[in-house]
Amino acid sequence: MAADVAGARRTPWVLLSPSLATISLLLIVPMLFIVVYSFWLRTATGADQVGFYLDNWIEVLGDRFYRDILFQTLLIAFYTTVICAFVGYIPAYFVANTRMKSKAFLLLLLMLPFWISYIIRTMSWINILGTSGALNTLLISIGIIDDPIQMLYNQQTVVLGLVHYLLPFMILNVYVSLDGIDKNLTEAAQSLGCTGFQAFREVTLPLSMPGLAAGSLLCFVLAAGTYITPIVLGGPRDAMFANLVFEAIVTQLNWPLGSALSLVLLALLGALVVIYTRYLGIDQIAKSFK
Amino acid sequence: MSGWSVIRIATILVYLFLFAPVAVVILLAFNANQFGSFPIEGFSFRWFEALWNNDAIVRAFKTSLLLGVLTAAISTTLGTLAALAMVRYDFPGKRTISTLLVAPILIPEVVLAVALLLFLQFLSMPKSFGLLLMGHVVFTLPFVVLVVQARLVSIRRDVEEAAMSLGATPVQTFFEVTLPLMLPAVMAGMLFAFTISFDDITGTLFWKPGGVETVPTQIFAMLRNSISPEINALGAVMVIFTIALPLVAASIARVMAMRKVGASK
Repeated sequence: MAADVAGARRTPWVLLSPSLATISLLLIVPMLFIVVYSFWLRTATGADQVGFYLDNWIEVLGDRFYRDILFQTLLIAFYTTVICAFVGYIPAYFVANTRMKSKAFLLLLLMLPFWISYIIRTMSWINILGTSGALNTLLISIGIIDDPIQMLYNQQTVVLGLVHYLLPFMILNVYVSLDGIDKNLTEAAQSLGCTGFQAFREVTLPLSMPGLAAGSLLCFVLAAGTYITPIVLGGPRDAMFANLVFEAIVTQLNWPLGSALSLVLLALLGALVVIYTRYLGIDQIAKSFK
Repeated sequence: MSGWSVIRIATILVYLFLFAPVAVVILLAFNANQFGSFPIEGFSFRWFEALWNNDAIVRAFKTSLLLGVLTAAISTTLGTLAALAMVRYDFPGKRTISTLLVAPILIPEVVLAVALLLFLQFLSMPKSFGLLLMGHVVFTLPFVVLVVQARLVSIRRDVEEAAMSLGATPVQTFFEVTLPLMLPAVMAGMLFAFTISFDDITGTLFWKPGGVETVPTQIFAMLRNSISPEINALGAVMVIFTIALPLVAASIARVMAMRKVGASK
């Protein structure tokens, strides 16, 4: 009997060990490694000088170039998140409150973008806004303009691409929150004299905040970590922080510097996630998987 | 106009915004125009033919397929075991473990990609298909755990206890009772892992060895050279492929479920 109990105590760890080993070896140890690595130095010969040098950190934290791009990255992520919140709330509200039949259909449609490749959704905007794209062709054919306008490759199109990519995350998270609200609450508010809008503002909106917060966190973190969208839809001046990381690692092969750069990104976004979990808990995000 | 109809119209517009660009990709893929752009000059399969005859693209497709299948198989196995432990057992440190299991989602993919790449380079392991596979397993694992965990909660424990009380060993119970009941959850997790792997570009660009392309990195490379008209056709194939897959899987699951009901009658 005692052996049985010990066995039962061991079972979960046996089940967990392959996953935990994978995550430890391929994630935790490498993360610790780049922390150490960021203090090494890449010499002109291309060899790494082992030691404790602050040079990479002084460069990353002191150089205006990096600070400006970091600021630009956070700004782009912020715009993207705010637009997603405003644009995403309305369909989430509609889906949560509509009749059963169209609800299932709209939810199914909402899942579709998750199955469609990110790179295709991003490049699809070239077909719309490019010089031979749908919009230019339309404007020329109805005679508003004579020559195609360059609408692509600026900061706005980067934000547009990111909103297009991240909006489903926001809608889904807000929907989960709205759908969980007891309909009796808004009815009670209205029977006590609230107008429809007041009931929304005082009851529905505050109760949907956890979903809005979870969606915003996802949008912000995913937007701030991207480097594909700026390459595809941005101009030469619209690089984001992850582009710098990619440059340092893949093009310049300055790995210690690249480590320091990626740790800056991690620290910033990690701080957000920690603040969020402290106040709201990670479970909210897990809910949208159900 | 009432508030509700404003909301309805806004919702339709948002859905249009989400889907119109993708619809245009599919539309242009069938365009006969020699540059593959507007105006639409008729219906043609020429770009799909061009795809089929483009060795680089066919190779990329095979690489993606192999990578996706292997990733799904490995991370579903690992993730299902972990999900079982999380749902079925209580043990000290469960909250920490739960955070650890989703950690790869919480870390920006770029950072995860850099860390894994540099660590393995430090161990003198060159970029390889193996590195790609390891990377894909790590970042699909949390999704599998979450998906399987969410569905596993709804499987009632009594059924297993009944089997055991009738004399089945724990291992027998798992294979005869638990696994068949879990199958839809496991399939969902597998499909999820496959699609994430099949679509990934952020980590893949860091990990892939020179000369090896997956479909997304191939599209990316084609975009940087020039907008070749084949891209839309390739996009259309990807869209149809990734959308058809879950639909086919869902109908297979339904047929299997019907058979089972039929057999038990």
